[in-house]
Formats: sequence, structure tokens, C-alpha cells
Amino acid sequence: MAGRIWVLWLVLLGLVGGVQAQPIQVLDDRGRTVLLPQPPQRVVSVLPSLTETVCALGQCQRLVGVDRFSDWPTAVRALPQVGGGIDPNIEAIVALRPDLVLMARSSRGSERLEALGLTVLVLESHNHADVRRVMGRVAQALGLPAQQAEQLWQRIDADLTALARALPPSVRQTRVYFEVNRAPFAAGASSFIGESLARLGAQNIVPPELGPFPQLNPEFVVRANPDLIMVGARDRASLHERPGWGRIRAVREQRLCVFADAELDALVRPGPRLAEGARLLADCLRRHAP
Amino acid sequence: MTPPPTPEHGSAAAVAPLPNGSGSAVTAPRRPWALGLGLCLLAALLALLGLGVGSSGLEPIWRLWADPVAAQIVWDIRAPRTLGAWAAGALLGLAGAVAQGLFRNPLADPFLLGSAAGAALAVALTLAGFGVSLFALEWLVRLGLTAAAFVGAVAAVLLTLALARGVQHTLRLLLAGVVVGMVLGALSAAVTLAAPATLAPMQAFMLGSTGFVGWPALGLMAAVGALCLCAGVALAKVLDGLSLGEDTAQSLGLPLAPLRVALVLLLALATGTAVAQTGLIAFVGLVAPHLVRALIQTTHGWLLPLASLMGGVLLLAADLLARALLAPQEIPVGVLTAVLGGGYLLWLMRRRAP
Repeated sequence: MAGRIWVLWLVLLGLVGGVQAQPIQVLDDRGRTVLLPQPPQRVVSVLPSLTETVCALGQCQRLVGVDRFSDWPTAVRALPQVGGGIDPNIEAIVALRPDLVLMARSSRGSERLEALGLTVLVLESHNHADVRRVMGRVAQALGLPAQQAEQLWQRIDADLTALARALPPSVRQTRVYFEVNRAPFAAGASSFIGESLARLGAQNIVPPELGPFPQLNPEFVVRANPDLIMVGARDRASLHERPGWGRIRAVREQRLCVFADAELDALVRPGPRLAEGARLLADCLRRHAP
Repeated sequence: MTPPPTPEHGSAAAVAPLPNGSGSAVTAPRRPWALGLGLCLLAALLALLGLGVGSSGLEPIWRLWADPVAAQIVWDIRAPRTLGAWAAGALLGLAGAVAQGLFRNPLADPFLLGSAAGAALAVALTLAGFGVSLFALEWLVRLGLTAAAFVGAVAAVLLTLALARGVQHTLRLLLAGVVVGMVLGALSAAVTLAAPATLAPMQAFMLGSTGFVGWPALGLMAAVGALCLCAGVALAKVLDGLSLGEDTAQSLGLPLAPLRVALVLLLALATGTAVAQTGLIAFVGLVAPHLVRALIQTTHGWLLPLASLMGGVLLLAADLLARALLAPQEIPVGVLTAVLGGGYLLWLMRRRAP
């Protein structure tokens, strides 16, 4: 019944507006085809990288709510917050009457929101190819031409290439350890951070076989003896206290790049600010180039 | 062989001297020595193996000495962490034996009085504080994670003591411990959820790791362990007395109240020290005394050192596996102690079943 009304409404819209409003079909990361009768105008995003993607596509004005960690661009800070990715506030989301909710696969609540009649699109990025794909899917869901997402990606890609070109060739000899947190989890070569490092020409001490973010035996880092360590400001102080780490070349010679929290956001969110994160990596590599 | 042990009757039954002078009571005096020696030998063997297991799996140690970098890794990293795993396990085993004796409850573990939740909350606040550096948190941040965990663990036990208004009432103490554990646990979960960057390091702390134990940390654990063990053995009579019931203990003329306070403080100190250096490692404290009792029936004077040795061997073995199974990646050691400890308990339950 509701479907028929929709069709009727669409036909009317088509007649009146003279536009052919096709329902939009998007395949999401759960393997589900999400159906949108018309381009959504009230979007809630509960993942910072998806918020950033919507805004990078120039559609910031369609966002009516974001999660509490979405803080870029600054305009989204004024929006109502609907909890976090792990603990979304279902009631707050429903109250915003969104016609599309963007979530990560790790987010809870997609089933519940759908049961409440909302349309949920689940998208998640783990590498550069994912970032490109997610941009395409978001553009598609918003009813934007596919070229727009492709242009956005091409810009990022061109930036990455330019950053790599600007670096001295000696960067190729730099062996890097990127610590995600103190457990210690590292950014492996197969993570998007690792991919950015590889695009810039640096070597990663964590091989791709170990997966994107492996928890390492601290001894592995001492043995690999990286030339350069990239670490968040939170964990910087603990480096010197770790047994044996004082002899790592990077620690001994103070070849450390310490990222503040705001910088880390650009680095650890696989989204449209990929090139911004890569710029931080490139600056670090240049500063400590042999 | 002695008849199968009966830990399900609780430490009271297991540690009480057998009244009828059965066979095991006759042979008992010699066996604690043998078990202790066996555990020491096993620990030495595992420690030697531990020197050879690192980020590239098992390597022969003699080959490592030839390479200066590898030799340095063995000396600076593997040796302290291997011995550190043993020392932390011993602290937890000792704390577990004290807790089970003190509460006359075979399910008591070192974290019973809220120390785990307290340590977790302090670590969560510190991790979150590294980012925001709120003025109120600054002193906590400056302490570092290790000190914060210790302070949190001991403070939680003191809070439990205060809420239970002393140690006289065992049930009240237990309930206060449960309440403190629940409330502080919930608070630390809330803090962690609010700062998602701390989720993974927090999870790592909850599962424990010996990866960052250096020589100073090992020295600290060894000193505290020796102190606690001496104090524990000196107080073993109290635990034996308590295992016969509070009234009996009272009638033996023991000044119960101050001695119980001393035991609770010993428990807090041993647990806090282990937790601060290695995180929350599950099951070692619970299982080590049971394993000893399963092998031998003895008094607390023997149970405390033997449970320490057993805990040391358990954590040492778990740490070896944690390093070796997926090298150079590490499995959080708490996962392995839980699997090994859980496996043991299951086996024990099956063996008891008719």
C-alpha cells in the first residue's frame, strides 16, 4: 500500500517537476541493497569518516545529526550529536527523522533503526580502495553524479602522487614503525596508513602478512630497529621506559614524529582527508630523511 | 598415589589436617618439599625456554649470544619479562591462596575486593587523561600507568574495607568488594567508551601482558613478593585457624581482627603490584591454589609458597605460549591463562563427576 503511494507520488513528482526521479539503489557493506525512493535530504552519520565524506562531496547541508566524534569540518560541530559509533542513541536518531542513516559495520543499532522504519546504509573503509568505493557509494546514495566522487578521489590520488614526488629519493631507505597505540598495535603495510607510507616511498617494518593492525611483541620492534618512529602524543612518553627500546636507532637519535590528537584524527580516519594525513607523514619523512 | 583431592569442599576441608591419620597424612610431610622442588625445576626449565622464544619463534640461545643485537634483546627484554611473568604469577598465586583462606571460599580470587576494577578505572582515567590533560587528571597522568594501576588497586581495597566497616564480618566484606568492583568497573567502562582512542589499550590492559616488564619492574615484584610471602607464611597459622571456623580460631587465642587486616593489606599489596606491572591477568590467582591442593594436602604454611610457585609456573607457561604461537604477534597472555585455567577447572569437574 505504502509502496503504491510512493510510486504515485513519484510519478506526480516526475510530471510536475519534469524530472525523472528514479529510486536509488545502493549496495552496502552488509551485502544488502538499500532502496532510497528519492535523494535523501536529512542524513545522520554516526562515523566520522562518513561525515567527512558527505561534506567533502559538498553535501554538508544535508546532515542533520552526527556522532559525538565527528568534528570535521567545523560546521558539523554545531549539529545535534546522537551518541557514538559503538553506543548510538537510537531515540535521538529517530527524533531527527532522517531519511538516511550512515553507519559503520561495527556500529550497533542498524537492525533496530531499520525495525523503526529508517533507511540505514552500512559502509566501512579499511584501505585506499575502500575509501574510493565508499565515496562512490555515498555519492550514489545522495543522488550525486558518479563523476563527483571520482573527481574527489582523483584529487586525493593526485595529492598523494605530488607528495611522493616532492620527497627526496633517500626516503626510500627509511624504515618506519607507526604505532597506533601502546599495546603495542602497529599500522602494518596492509593498513591504509601503511598504504599511504608505501605511496610516499617509505618502508614499513611490519610486513603485510601480519595484517592491518597487529599487536606486536615489543621485541619485534627492537629487533627491526626502525629509523623512524611515528607515534601519538599520548604514547610518546612511554617509549623510553620500555625495556630495550633505548637502543632502537630512532629512539637513540630522537628520530620520532609525535602527532597531536587532532593530527591523529586525519591520520587514522580512512576518508577524504587521506591526503591530509599523508601530508603529515610526508612532512615527518622529509624532516628525518637520511 | 594419594586419593583424589576434594577441592569442592573448599579450602577448609582441603587444608585441615586429617583427623584419622590416613595414609596421605603420613606421607604428607615429605611431599611439599618434592612438589616445591619440582615446581622450581619446571620454572627453571620454562625460563630457559623463555630466553629462546621471541619475535621470531623459538631460537637456540647459544646462537643468540653470537649476535650482539640478539644478545642484548635476550638480556634486556626476554630475561626480565620471562622472570617477570614468573614473579607476577607468583604474586597472584600467593594472593589467591590468601584470599581463599581468608574468605574460606574456594572461588575467592585476588581481585575479590575490587582491586581489579580499581586498577582498571585508574588506568582508564590515565589513558583518557593523556589526551585531554584535564587539570584534575594531571597528577594521575604524571604518575604513569604503572603507578596509577597500583594506586587504583590499593585504593579500591581500602574503599571496600571502609564500606564494610572493617574486616570483622566476612560476608559484609565480600559484598562490599562486589559492590566496589561493579561500580568502579562500570565507571571505567563509561570513561573508556567516552574516549574511543583508549579502547584498544584498555582492552590490552584488561587481558594483561608481560611485554613491558624490565629489570626495575622485576626487582620491584621480586621484593614485594618476598615480603608478602614472608608475611603470609608468618600469618599462615591464622589462615589455618580460620579454616576451622571463626569461633575455633577465636578460641585458639588469635587476635583475629588485626591479623585479618594484615592479611587483607597483604592481598592488596601483592595484587596491586602484579596488576600494575602486567595488567589484569585472569585465573592464575584462582587456579594456582587449587592445583596445589589437587596434588597435595597441606597447611597454609606450605600452601602459600607452593601456590606462589604454581602461579609462577602457570603464568610463565602462558606467557611462553602467548609469545610463541603467533610470533611476532602476541596473544594477550590473559587469554591463555583463562583458557589454561578454564581447561583445568573443567577437567577437575569432569574428574569429580561420577
